[in-house]
Amino acid sequence: MSFDDDAYGALTDHDDDSRWAYGTGFADPMAGVPTAVPDDVDRADLAAYCLMLGDDVLVMSHRLQQWVTRAPELEDELALANIGLDLLGQARLLLTRAGEAEGAGRDEDALAYLRDPAGFRNVRLAERADADFAYLLARLLVFSCWRLPLLDRLVASRDPVLAAIGAKGVKEVTYHREYAAQWVVRLGDGTDLSHRRMQAAIDAVLPTAGELFRPHEVESRLAAAGVAVDPAALRPEFDEAITQVLDAATLSAPAGGEVSGGEMAGRAGRGRDGIHGPELTEILAEMQELARALPGGVW
Amino acid sequence: MTEEIRHEWPLFEVFVRAKRGLNHVHVGSLRAADPEMALHHARDLYTRRNEGVSIWVVRSDDVVSSGPEDKDAFFAPSGDKVYRHPTFYSIPDSVPHI
Repeated sequence: MSFDDDAYGALTDHDDDSRWAYGTGFADPMAGVPTAVPDDVDRADLAAYCLMLGDDVLVMSHRLQQWVTRAPELEDELALANIGLDLLGQARLLLTRAGEAEGAGRDEDALAYLRDPAGFRNVRLAERADADFAYLLARLLVFSCWRLPLLDRLVASRDPVLAAIGAKGVKEVTYHREYAAQWVVRLGDGTDLSHRRMQAAIDAVLPTAGELFRPHEVESRLAAAGVAVDPAALRPEFDEAITQVLDAATLSAPAGGEVSGGEMAGRAGRGRDGIHGPELTEILAEMQELARALPGGVW
Repeated sequence: MTEEIRHEWPLFEVFVRAKRGLNHVHVGSLRAADPEMALHHARDLYTRRNEGVSIWVVRSDDVVSSGPEDKDAFFAPSGDKVYRHPTFYSIPDSVPHI
């Protein structure tokens, strides 16, 4: 559009006549991204890795949507639903990629709805039930502070699909982290009661964060191949972000060392190896019930 | 539960600008404990469908408005001043918002 014959149009980027109330300019983050798996990348490893990352966000998303109708305020309910939907969108792309890499004809639905708990590779942090709103916020903060640098590094992955998923996810999780951080600060630096409950949540959640940084052998192999992110490398950024939030919130890291220390998750068995608590079984019973009762059902 | 916790959050008015070059438009209101939370809530409530590129929030208490009793003195006098309208110019079709 030339500036000479329509100065106003040039000013407003007005390329259609739709009304603002339903925004336009939606873009498919995967448009133009080649889906072929690079020749030298091990397909089984890539499938396993996409399953790990996909299960993290699928399960976390389900936990978030369980807050809908239970959040303390309507506005926060919608915020949590938005965050859950962001993560569900990431899960769809990751599970789809896992199915493509696997090459056995399983699509995102087959992977989400027709696997048993032992087939899930999510970190245990994602499946934990939230005792209260503070616990959810602690979990969301820890999850986002770990996930953001992970996605940021994934942008450089040699798998073009993972790189695109990383680029899309960075913008989303940046907001999730900001949302969680603001609430943790608000409650931590709030009343005596809110401070006490926020501290209790941090004390419960932070010691379980150790699992996030211990590489699975698939992650190690793919990281060496320039495809995956080595989770151990995320620790300094995680510690820095968490420390900054806790300081602002007048909260303290649980006694006994660094903020992302904690080997509790190690003793309990690792989600990356398919070892989960009864919490995941409950989630899947709810999530998969309909799909299993009506195989192939569409509505 | 104490009275302190029971009280309601203050009301904020939300303005969203759809595109570069257009005005911020009032889209609604929401409750929030502080301005930062209001901005977050506005983002989550009013820009989910790609509506905006910029948000303003302002405490409803801080909005000064005209009252119904001002209607005649404020607005009626402009009703018969036709010469204030730029009706003697032709507007190009390509200028949609004026």
